[in-house]
Order: sequence, then C-alpha cells, then structure tokens
Amino acid sequence: MAVIFERTKGLTDAQTHYCPGCTHGIIHRLVAEVLEEMDQCGNAVGVAPVGCSVLAYNYFNCDMHEAAHGRAPACATGIKRVLPDHTVFTYQGDGDLASIGTAEIVHAANRGEKITVIFVNNTTYGMTGGQMAPTTLIGEKGTTCQGGRDPELHGYPIRIAEMISTLTGAVYVERVRVDTPAEVRKAKKCIRKAFEVQKAGLGFSMVEVLSTCPTNWGKTAPDALQWLRDNMVPYFPVQNFRDVDIEAAKEEK
Amino acid sequence: MAKILMKGNEAFGKAAITAGCRHFFGYPITPQSELPEYLSRELPAIGGTFVQAESEVAAINMVYGAGGCGARVLTSSSSPGLALKQEGITYCAGAEVPCVILNVVRGGPGLGSIQPSQSDYFMCTRGGGDGDYRTPVYAPSSVQEACDMIQDAFDVAEVYRTPVLVLLDGMIGQMMEPVDFDRPRKQREIPAKDWATTGTKGERKPNIINSLYLSPEILEEHNYHLGRKYDLIEKEEVQVEMDRTEDAELVFVAYGTMARVVKNCVEDLREEGYKVGLIRPKTVWPYPYHAFDEIPACKDLFVIEMSMGQMVEDVKLGSNGRHNVHFYGRPGGMVPEPKEIVRRAKEIMGGVK
Repeated sequence: MAVIFERTKGLTDAQTHYCPGCTHGIIHRLVAEVLEEMDQCGNAVGVAPVGCSVLAYNYFNCDMHEAAHGRAPACATGIKRVLPDHTVFTYQGDGDLASIGTAEIVHAANRGEKITVIFVNNTTYGMTGGQMAPTTLIGEKGTTCQGGRDPELHGYPIRIAEMISTLTGAVYVERVRVDTPAEVRKAKKCIRKAFEVQKAGLGFSMVEVLSTCPTNWGKTAPDALQWLRDNMVPYFPVQNFRDVDIEAAKEEK
Repeated sequence: MAKILMKGNEAFGKAAITAGCRHFFGYPITPQSELPEYLSRELPAIGGTFVQAESEVAAINMVYGAGGCGARVLTSSSSPGLALKQEGITYCAGAEVPCVILNVVRGGPGLGSIQPSQSDYFMCTRGGGDGDYRTPVYAPSSVQEACDMIQDAFDVAEVYRTPVLVLLDGMIGQMMEPVDFDRPRKQREIPAKDWATTGTKGERKPNIINSLYLSPEILEEHNYHLGRKYDLIEKEEVQVEMDRTEDAELVFVAYGTMARVVKNCVEDLREEGYKVGLIRPKTVWPYPYHAFDEIPACKDLFVIEMSMGQMVEDVKLGSNGRHNVHFYGRPGGMVPEPKEIVRRAKEIMGGVK
C-alpha cells in the first residue's frame, strides 16, 4: 500500500503532552517538516524554552538545548558562534520571549545573529495556568488580571514582530497564523523562508505564529480558533514586516 | 618561553587562549574590563569569537550554549556581575556543561566599590544559584598562579563536566607581574565529548543539554549523581599550601591577595622569634579541611580576610573546636595592613616578646 502521509523525520515518536486543540502540535510539525525538507535534521541544534513547550527537546529529532526562561536567544548565540555552519533555532512562547526574555531577543536580533526564532504567541502563560502575558489583549481575562487586562494598570499588549522589525540585524520578520489549512500552508512557507535566510547567512530571522490555548481560554478547539481570528488578528496583523530577496542579498553580501 | 610582564587581567586572557579557549562571552565591569578588552582583540585574530553580551545574564547563557556544544568557553565578571550570572551557573551545573568563570572581586554588597575585596567567598563557594550544586573554586595568590590555575580550570571543567570558578580580586587583576605561560602542568585525560550538541549527522540519537527533570525520583537520582561527582572532586582536587606550620603555635589562614600580605607578616614574626605559619587554601571549594589535622603545635588559628569574615566559617569547620579561632578583616575594598596584622598576632600570642 502506498504511504500518502507519515510522521516527519524531523520529529521523534514521543507522544506530546500538549492539550487537545492547542496549535503547538501544528507548529512543531511545520518546523520539523522544514528541517527534514532542507535536510537539516542532522545538522540542526534547537533551543527549547520555559513554558508549555519546555519539553520540545523531546519532540524535535535533532540535538537540543533546554534554556532558562527567556534566555534561548543568548543560548542560541553561543551555539551558533561555536557551530556557524549548523542550523540553530529557538522555539519560544510569549511569556518566555516577550516578557522575561525581551533583552535577549532584541539584542540577538540587533546583532544579526544568524539564528531562526519561532515565536508562538497565544496571549497567555499556558503552562503556569493562564496568567497575564505581555501579549494579553485589552479586556482579555487572565488569572492575574481577572477583570480583564486594563491598560491603566497593566500597560498594552506588546507587538513583538513590529518591534523586532525595526532592528537592522533582523533580516526576515513575518507574523503568521495557523487557524485554517490555508493559513497553515502559508505559515510553513514563512518558516521555510526563515531557515533559508539563516542558511544563506543573511542575519536574524523570526516568524511569529498566532496560536491558541483552548484550556486556559476556556474554549473548545474550534471556538479557540474563532477567537484567534476575531480578537488576535485585528491587534496582531498577519503580515510580512521585513522581507528579503535571498538571492539578491546573497550577491550583495 | 621567557617570562612576559603582563597586567593580571590581560594575562588571564592569554592563559585562557593558551589553554585552548576560543570563545568568550562577557559584559564589561570594573575591575576586570581589561580581560574582555584584550580578548576582543586577540580572539578574532586566531579564529575565535568574542561577543559583548547585552548583560551578564545573557553572557552566561551564551556560555551555556557554547559549552553545551563542547567548546572551551570563558566568561569573566566582577561581584555584582557574578551575582547576575548565578542563574546560568546553576543551569550549567545542572546540565553538566563545562565552562570557566572568572570573578575579579570588588567591594560589596550591592554596587559597593571597585576596590579589591574577598567578600564573594560565600557566593562562590556556596553557590548563588538554586539547587544542590557545587563549583570548584580556585583562589590564586599571584598573576602567575592565576594563569596556571586558569589553564587547569579548563581541564577540570571537562574532566568533571562542571562549571569552574576562579576567584580573584581586583588587586591581582590590576597588578603587573612576570608570567611564564609554558610552565609544565598536570596532564589530564579529557573524556570524549559524546554528550555535546554538534548535530546528529543522522548517525546517533539526539543529544539534549538540559537541567529539567519533572519526575522527582529522576531528579533525586540526578542529584545523587552530581553529589558523587562532587565527592570525587573533594577527594581529588583540593589544593593547599602549608608554610612553616610544623612547629607553629599560631597559624594564619588566608587566601589570594591576603595570603601574600600575611606571608610577609609570617616572615617578620619569625625573624622576631614567634612560631607562626600559614595555611593558604589554593582551592576554596573543595576546601582543605585536612590541613587543620596537620598542625600539631598550633593553639591559635588567625584568619585574615578582605571581608567581614566569610572563610572563617570553613576554618571553624576544619578546626572542629580544636583551636582558638581569631579573625581580623576589613571589608568594602580595604586591605588589612601588615603592621596591624602583626600587632594583633602578637596580642593573641601573649604580647610583645
């Protein structure tokens, strides 16, 4: 019988711990497929964060580091400087990257570190139980903003892709979503491009992925996807912020 | 090779390069900034990397990444900076990532002063990060000894897969002394780095650098494993210098710069007929507790530190109630003077002869 769909070689056969309806599984698969298609599984070193994806090192079928909260871009910097010919990536949530790790992500991008960052934004601290994140939307409830986020008290949700795209060292920055098959396919193209930018040695690349947290949002999986469309997309526009013509840039270099 | 006259902080950088270190990640802080300045010039010239991180926290996490790839990697800082690095040091200890960390100590607490001090003894020997871990800590007394110990530290880090600290102070960092970088060293067998993340090449299972163990049973076993390693380090790696202690009735205990000052005091007191000696720990973890079993004539131990008295606790542990333990120290970047140390020693020994 012909095999028409199988597990990507970029993932191990470990059973993941993610909640039903959470889109981490989709995003893992996209990153892993890209690594496999680019023949980088044996040449990649990934950095797992703190948060829901803390166990990502068990799922990606390549060498992995577990990093302290927010420090993945610094850890990846150390790895890439030792192994400049390897594909180095971080996989970070919003609590990790947009809060405790803002210094590390800003400076890794500004140095133009030749790493790829997959930034998963679901507007909440998933693993620790739904506390307010730097990306929590105005009015969105969390266990530490039970009346809904109030900008007077908590400030405003941070738009990371917009912020990073102001930095010269950040060569490719795009925000994507994974709420429909069509958007998933677009997201994969962007993730592939981010890794290609790294491979071409052009600089820092980041893909922000709008993701869901049905458990902490208190929604069914389909309702969570709808909430993403209705609430996240208007505030976090899905678009390219810094693009690069890889071939032209390579020549210029 | 002939001796070269070098400033301590620059010599430390050259020692690291001599040991095969090609990667440095750091953040400027007085009184150690000449070290990153030196390496920013020298490392790229030999194909190495120098990265000035955005913070001490980032620097030590870069070290964690690089060390996990099996590279010989160095960072350096001074007291408040080392406090920030403690996050990464405990991760390196937990994940068994070899690396070398220099702490050129200044006065504290907080921002303190930029003068030489020994007030980071607790932070370095007890560990400022979370969890049950230890780090070997070298405590050199001269620029030459520091350079020798820095080279050894890279070997020890890899033999035991552990972060290793070198505890210096601003005095040794800032002074100039002649240094020979080719002195014979203990040859060590460095185990294969089959644990390092260098890409699987499709030939092995993925390696994972990690300090997370969600199951308490497995974490407990990991801690027992680390504990056995620390037991072995305590057995194999302790270093101490005993100076005229055989017949000494009063034995000074001092390390680093303070031990140099005390050596002159021992000299002067001996000339005047006082039976005094010196125990100089060269490693402050593991601590040379056994030294206190080997001072048969000693009644009084006199601990001299550039602090409010931190190592004095280890001296009391080593003495275990067998001696009168006295302490004199000055904190905040003040260096105790020989005259005052001698005067106080004479008081302990019953006044001027």
